[in-house]
Amino acid sequence: MTEPVFLGLPTAPPGVGHLRGRRPFPEAARTALGDAQLRRNLAKATGTIRAKRAAVVGEVPDWAELRAAGAAIKDQVLAGLDGYLVQLEEQVTARGGVVHWARDATEANRIVTELVRDAGADEVVKVKSMATQEIGLNEALAAAGIAAWETDLAELIVQLGHDSPSHILVPAIHRNRAEIRDIFLREMGKVGLPAPADLTDQPRALAEAARLHLRRKFLEAGVAISGANFAVAETGTLAVVESEGNGRMCLTLPRTLVTVMGIEKLVPTWRDLEVFLQLLPRSSTGERMNPYTSMWTGVHPGDGPQAFHLVLLDNGRTATLADPQGRAALRCIRCSACLNVCPVYERTGGHAYGSVYPGPIGAVLSPQLTGVADNASLPYASTLCGACYDVCPVAIDIPQMLVHLRSRVVDAKRGHSRVPSPEQAVMASAAFAMDSPARWTAALRASRLGRLLGGRRHRLTALPPPLSAWTGTRDAPLPPRQSFRDWWARR
Amino acid sequence: MRAGADGTSGGHGEAPGGAREEVLARVRTATGGGPAPPPPAREYRTADHPAVGGEELLELLVDRLVDYRALIRRSTTAMVAATVVAALTERGARRVAVPDGILPAGLERLEPGIELVGDDPPLSPAQLDGLDGVLTGCAVAIAETGTIVLDAGPGQGRRALSLVPDYHLVVVTAAQVVATVPQAVARLDPSRPQTWISGPSATSDIELDRVEGVHGPRTLEVIVCS
Repeated sequence: MTEPVFLGLPTAPPGVGHLRGRRPFPEAARTALGDAQLRRNLAKATGTIRAKRAAVVGEVPDWAELRAAGAAIKDQVLAGLDGYLVQLEEQVTARGGVVHWARDATEANRIVTELVRDAGADEVVKVKSMATQEIGLNEALAAAGIAAWETDLAELIVQLGHDSPSHILVPAIHRNRAEIRDIFLREMGKVGLPAPADLTDQPRALAEAARLHLRRKFLEAGVAISGANFAVAETGTLAVVESEGNGRMCLTLPRTLVTVMGIEKLVPTWRDLEVFLQLLPRSSTGERMNPYTSMWTGVHPGDGPQAFHLVLLDNGRTATLADPQGRAALRCIRCSACLNVCPVYERTGGHAYGSVYPGPIGAVLSPQLTGVADNASLPYASTLCGACYDVCPVAIDIPQMLVHLRSRVVDAKRGHSRVPSPEQAVMASAAFAMDSPARWTAALRASRLGRLLGGRRHRLTALPPPLSAWTGTRDAPLPPRQSFRDWWARR
Repeated sequence: MRAGADGTSGGHGEAPGGAREEVLARVRTATGGGPAPPPPAREYRTADHPAVGGEELLELLVDRLVDYRALIRRSTTAMVAATVVAALTERGARRVAVPDGILPAGLERLEPGIELVGDDPPLSPAQLDGLDGVLTGCAVAIAETGTIVLDAGPGQGRRALSLVPDYHLVVVTAAQVVATVPQAVARLDPSRPQTWISGPSATSDIELDRVEGVHGPRTLEVIVCS
């Protein structure tokens, strides 16, 4: 399938990175729904975080005003993005940093690989970063003989488990404590300090095992790779928000720091952080403030890395920006509140979405980054209940965007095939019938024949093909005995 | 690779057709020179919004810090040295890193049992890892969120100093405490490296249950001076 690209702007290329699933969502979701352990893990974790978020958001008297300001600041960034990017580049460069530009994942991976080689390193420590997950940086580094150690606890669990992340904030949300203990015992010794043999499944003991396992790597690392939560255009300041201190270790101890950042992660002014440093932690981990936030501006002599490289990544973001009805997805600050409230995500988990960006935001972001043809099932991975919009700290109207993207999927399919799909055929005949009052009345009367198909439950549970596509997953109601028009005509 | 060295990934001065020019051109095509959106309305509580002060403010800070399971001691500017000694003694800390400007210059020991280790020449990560703790001041503290901000100013040292030792003792004075995040942002200088600290190192990565103590200092103790 090909879709006419928006204004000719290229989307994220296939074959590199993690934005596309191997299977369409309904198929992957069916498998996930059969995993009772997964559903228990998810229900417990999302239930916990929902309650925490609600409590700390509830105590902020000006939450609505902060949310409105957050959305407005991000819209301001998107409208003037070229100017802000140039301003950021000037500031970072003036403060001793080096700025690189990457059109897509392949180019970003190549730039980072060469920077690591230039630094003379064959291993790097990594701070959890969605952008580097998106572009498949670890795989690219491995192919170049460079070992990348994930240092966030959840990323470590995922990496040691030869697994993939399933949540933006807590990539190992699909694992419970007993599974994590087993992974640590089995895998840690293969790549470094083994876990203690008497390791229990208490979260405290598991965190301690991670601390010991990574300590030496932190103290000796020459190169770190991070993402960025925010970059301030007017000052060149970068910010990373975290909890464990692994971010501080990576951002402070190595000689060389490479930060990979999507071009949309800017804010115009230093002052704007006063909004986002309130919105993000409360929406994300449900805390008043996350334990650690690090901010740096270029190179600080005698303090932290003495070489700093910033890689600015497009990879489908400009294509997303080009759709006026879809671009607000680029406001996203990756808090993951929408995942935690989504009834679909809570049941299927993140892997079913096939992209590093799962859940409601993933359903609108992934298809735009790749072009809707490559993630055509994701805009349908939603009940349109609206819970995601309610909790979004930057007020992205995800339900409305999903409907818009569904229309783009339909357009893309129509553009591809000369033979109408069953859905198109049904819609075309409906249009024909609805076009004329006489035809519509006749069609309504004819539909009463459908009542003959209903059994004792007065539901249509199995229609013949092609309508079986509908009744495969839902019942259709029986047509009424009398249409509204008939009733009206007789009163 | 250096910026612009191959004309595809560089910064200023790269050849036309390089990544920088192409990404910027794509952005301009995508935004299409539409009307600029209005400047954001800042109807939230900005830095000049009236907020609590005095003892109420300090109590709010203490309440939030306790919530993060930080250890707290109340003291006064006159008594702070004794409180520091008490905290370090109770902790059993014998060798403690101290940045310039937190204690009188040239002081090598606090009590006979507590050795003070300066950072000049800079301590290596391994040396820092071998210390029992670190004593610092701070730039700003935010009461509503229980956050202490270090910006490498006097008495705070470089970032690694307050990171690697497993015990961090911070002195906060009343004048450094503000109520809200916007008030803190207004006081801070973005050209300085900053670390915002809200409680000890923690993780919620296992079943979204918060556990204190991963890679950063596992014990944060705060002396709040009136």
